[in-house]
Amino acid sequence: MSVRRHVMSVTVRDQPGALVRIAALFARRGYNIESLSVAQTHEPGLSRTTFVVTGEDAHVEQMQKQLQKLVDVIKVIDHSEGPYVDRELMLIKVAVRNPDDRVEMRQIAQDFRARIIDVARDALVFEVTGDEAKTDAFIEQMRTFGVLDLIRTGRVALPRTAPRNGAHGSNGAAGADDRTASRSRAA
Amino acid sequence: MNGAAAVLKALERQGVTTVFGHPGGAIMPIYDALYDSPIQHVLVRHEQAGAHAADAYYRASGRVGVCFATSGPGATNLVTGLATAYMDSSAVVAVTGNVPLSLIGTDAFQEADVTGVTLPVTKHNYLVKDVRDLPRVLAEAFHIARSGRPGPVLVDVPKDIQQAAFEGDFDVEIDLPGYRPTVVGNARQIRRAAEAIEAAERPVLMVGGGAQVAAEEVEAFTRLTGIPVITTLMGIGAYPGGAPQSLGMPGMHGTVTANRAISHCDLIVGAGLRFDDRVTGKLSRFAPNATIVHIDIDPAEISKLVKAHVPVVGDLRDVLPRLTELLGPLELGDWWAQLDVWKASYPERYKTDKPLVSQEVIALLARETGGDCVVTTEVGQHQMFAARLFPTNRPRTWISSGGLGTMGFGLPAAIGAAFARPGETIVCVAGDGSVQMNIQELATIYKHQLPIVIAITNNGMLGMVRQWQEMFHAQRYSEVYLADSNPDFAKLAEAYGIDGYNVFDRETAAKLVPEVLARKKPALINFVVYDSEKVFPMVPAGAGVDEMIIGDQEADEAEGVSA
Repeated sequence: MSVRRHVMSVTVRDQPGALVRIAALFARRGYNIESLSVAQTHEPGLSRTTFVVTGEDAHVEQMQKQLQKLVDVIKVIDHSEGPYVDRELMLIKVAVRNPDDRVEMRQIAQDFRARIIDVARDALVFEVTGDEAKTDAFIEQMRTFGVLDLIRTGRVALPRTAPRNGAHGSNGAAGADDRTASRSRAA
Repeated sequence: MNGAAAVLKALERQGVTTVFGHPGGAIMPIYDALYDSPIQHVLVRHEQAGAHAADAYYRASGRVGVCFATSGPGATNLVTGLATAYMDSSAVVAVTGNVPLSLIGTDAFQEADVTGVTLPVTKHNYLVKDVRDLPRVLAEAFHIARSGRPGPVLVDVPKDIQQAAFEGDFDVEIDLPGYRPTVVGNARQIRRAAEAIEAAERPVLMVGGGAQVAAEEVEAFTRLTGIPVITTLMGIGAYPGGAPQSLGMPGMHGTVTANRAISHCDLIVGAGLRFDDRVTGKLSRFAPNATIVHIDIDPAEISKLVKAHVPVVGDLRDVLPRLTELLGPLELGDWWAQLDVWKASYPERYKTDKPLVSQEVIALLARETGGDCVVTTEVGQHQMFAARLFPTNRPRTWISSGGLGTMGFGLPAAIGAAFARPGETIVCVAGDGSVQMNIQELATIYKHQLPIVIAITNNGMLGMVRQWQEMFHAQRYSEVYLADSNPDFAKLAEAYGIDGYNVFDRETAAKLVPEVLARKKPALINFVVYDSEKVFPMVPAGAGVDEMIIGDQEADEAEGVSA
């Protein structure tokens, strides 16, 4: 039995209490969720919940089946079974104690492709997207300056369209972003 | 027409003829509309009993059971009944009143978050917020309750929705994109199952509650193959308990033969069951040599506890005939030789040298009815004795709370069964503890003069708890003694206008039981029995089925035991 992280998506009808049903199922059956995010999809009346769970494959499969039994649940996808892209969004407020910090922080933000979305005299707010490894690395970098506050959305994910020539190459910004993050961690 | 009338009209269109319920403030418009409805309402004396009766109505007939309750305390009283139905996959639709929409969320008088409270114990539930939704919601509720793996559905209707004017169409489309139970089994999986069964030398078929809908298909399969059959507590009646191929019940209080068969078999076909912990005992010791073929309509039950080597998701009425078609008679001579030795060595045994014992009372009832009745049970020792000594021979005639183990189920269940199967005798096997948990329903039985014989095996104890305290808590008997404060059950029955008898000896019992059964009217017989009897065999909690305690055989033999 292999224990690994699974990123799952649940497409659910926008019915009153639909999210409660999902949350109650997790609680009742003792499933431990690492992150959870919910929002509407492009189809009216449907929402998607994305969550991350670490567990044995059999355990996660059972969870998937139990979710599928909920009447309001249209579809359950375990992204870990195929190629997928996923992202997390983090907003992080960092203290600016002297002007030199500000310059250094801007440089780090550039390496991480983070954006500065609020500038104050004594703090900056950055917007970082990526996987948890990247956001974690960014937090590490910022600790030296003093993290004042942060919020993370938890992961959201989509299955990738099957690559034409079978290669799982880093097509597009996703791969590039991750490479940037690794470089800065190495640095 | 108002919303309340629309609710009843929608029920009528679902074929509902009987509803069990109790009125109250927030459901008064529906009770007012009942006045003009052809639907028969059975007034129970506690909402919990209404839910149990509706549950048993489904189990006994296959038609969805319906119960009504008012908001707040009425609705919360349904919870145990819904949980019982949910655990045993019984199709129930509960309609509850609620406070008007404008008051919901304000802690109004008799307000409770009923959809919230019942969420974990229903297959689905609804709070109706628009009167126009009533036909669709009720159609969906019945569809969800009865299709796939059956289960209870609750529909909560605020009082102002019941009172609102309704003009609408009852021909509604069911709109449930997320709900599509798999009925037809996968052909490749069925072929694999057939191959596995053919390759086996020591196969057994285990049938559970799901097989109650497929008794004919089970019969055809077993007749052709000659396979031995184990019936779980929920599966009793789906295959005749008296048939030569029957090995009886497995698990914690199963027969020696059934549990030995599980330990020694090389294949189990599990059909319409969920491998509950009371059946499997310690999982690592359950059927260690067996290939598991698991046929069930609920994919989430496959490999939940016992890993299925060959899973088949589908309705038994589809899967079993197709499986039977691929098979012929199996060569099981050696296997049957072994099973027959076990069967002969371990017949049902109980002592008759002492005062009256529960087992002989239950065996007497089985003998005198010939199994030609519906049996409902409460929960406890008497339930296990009945499962072994009074298994019925027809589907939907054994009605017992399995998964939830609800004391207080048997008496109201007898009411539901009586309405589901008019003309049949219903025997409610009860203990003196559990029968008191819904004893008020004697009034309902009296009012409708239902042909229910309540047989209390009264040991003056909470016998099953006492047994565990004796065996696993160093005989520290804690709060199990009832005899000093039990009512005079015969007088109690008579207070309700029901014939009541107190029986202390086996001669009176033997004479009285056939007389009472012949009368086909309500009766309560209180059999005062030996107080320290234990249910054996027993697989202690957490042990494997191969570690079962068969009983104190040497001591029994010294005392002289009757088979």
